[in-house]
Amino acid sequence: MIRVVLPFHLRNLARVEGEVELEVAAPVTVRGVLDALEARYPVLRGTVRDHGTLQRRPFVRFFACKEDLSLEPPEIRLPEDVVSGAEPFLIVGAMAGG
Amino acid sequence: MSRVRVLVGTKKGAFILTVDGQRKNWDISGPHFAGWEMYHLKGSPVDPNRIYASQTSGWFGQIIQRSDDGGKTWNTPGSSPGELKGPEGMPRGESNKFVYDGEIGKHLWYDGTPHPWEFKRIWHIEPSTTDPDTAYAGAEDAAIFKTTDGGKTWKELSGLRSAKSRLWQPGAGGMAVHTILLDPKNEKRIYVAISAGGCFRTDDGGKTWKPITKGLKSPYELPDPDAEVGHCVHRIALHPSRPDVLFMQKHWDVLRTDNAGDQWNEVSGNLPTDFGFPIDVHAHEPETIYVVPITSDSLHYPPEGKLRVYRSKTGGGEWEALTKGLPQKDCYVNVLRDAMCVDSLEPCGIYFGTTGGQVYGSADSGNSWNAIVRDLPAVYSVEVQVLP
Repeated sequence: MIRVVLPFHLRNLARVEGEVELEVAAPVTVRGVLDALEARYPVLRGTVRDHGTLQRRPFVRFFACKEDLSLEPPEIRLPEDVVSGAEPFLIVGAMAGG
Repeated sequence: MSRVRVLVGTKKGAFILTVDGQRKNWDISGPHFAGWEMYHLKGSPVDPNRIYASQTSGWFGQIIQRSDDGGKTWNTPGSSPGELKGPEGMPRGESNKFVYDGEIGKHLWYDGTPHPWEFKRIWHIEPSTTDPDTAYAGAEDAAIFKTTDGGKTWKELSGLRSAKSRLWQPGAGGMAVHTILLDPKNEKRIYVAISAGGCFRTDDGGKTWKPITKGLKSPYELPDPDAEVGHCVHRIALHPSRPDVLFMQKHWDVLRTDNAGDQWNEVSGNLPTDFGFPIDVHAHEPETIYVVPITSDSLHYPPEGKLRVYRSKTGGGEWEALTKGLPQKDCYVNVLRDAMCVDSLEPCGIYFGTTGGQVYGSADSGNSWNAIVRDLPAVYSVEVQVLP
């Protein structure tokens, strides 16, 4: 199971509390996790990545094992600790600054 | 006794204000969708418990919400518990999918170069006057979308962007279809207004559109003051009994047309300033109109720090200040284009919201005002429903 942490507003939108656990087929990639997330929670389509292009929205970031994967290609494999469930995959709303 | 429900969209959530027909002791619920920018909420004239809402965020994009019980519960269209078990199986998650039709096309960018259309958000939702499942949505970048399935899916009426859109150019506030008026006597006729784009009309249900800007003059905003497109129209309004008569608050100037936009004439008259955003028409007096003068395009607050609604009972030209109950010193709020509305009770009720978070109401056609609520986030939109 892949553990996914959603930001506050997307947890509310999906009506979930805490982490989300997803079955993702190997090899586990960023794209695979997002595909599984949107399949489970269709309401999140278009909120993390664009409906049509599947590009990450500019102010959404992807973190895992203290690494920023936001700028990596979506085919990148996630770290073993995320695949094993030891660590979560974080979807984060970028800092607004100020 | 009738009840009144006011739907308020703010920078940080939506609020629903309810009251009986006396319009004195208000209940306030919210924030709904706390933390999200709520550009607009509006109920179906056919089924008042059907309310559409535009929820948006700089981080997470556009969401469409729908309530079928008057705002008690909300779902993204297609995902209510009943619909999840329907023959379509899992929802497709397309209620927020706003894709420009066909070739995306380009408009003028700030530097004068062509720039492809990019969807940003929905500014305004206009439910059909005859079918609760049909509604129109005004988008930034400027376009109009239509749903016929209660908001589950949306399709662009792309003919609008055939109306010289290559010449539309965003202003500092973006380039959005912010006003959609449906002709209650002719379902094929729709009017839209676009900031920094102008005013347009279709007579064939949205297939083809034409600019309706003859008579508009923008000497300080456009190189050609009489240009066919590009005028910064802030709001248009009509009375349902006379859908060929439109009133307009432009960037500067208040205008009217008596022939569905074929010719506009200025009716700013004795207003202290003819800059402003909202304009609306009395529910029972088609020649009585309301504006909120704002100092200028550089000073987005009321002249002299006095919040005044101006009313004309002559369809423009002659205006009177309405001040009773409104702050007459040290007031530096703005009133945005979608933040004024009228109810259909007798006497007519008028409501408006400010960027300072106040929602004011008048139960006597504007003669006197009370703050229904004072400390909301900046108010983007105010709509009212009269319930049986």
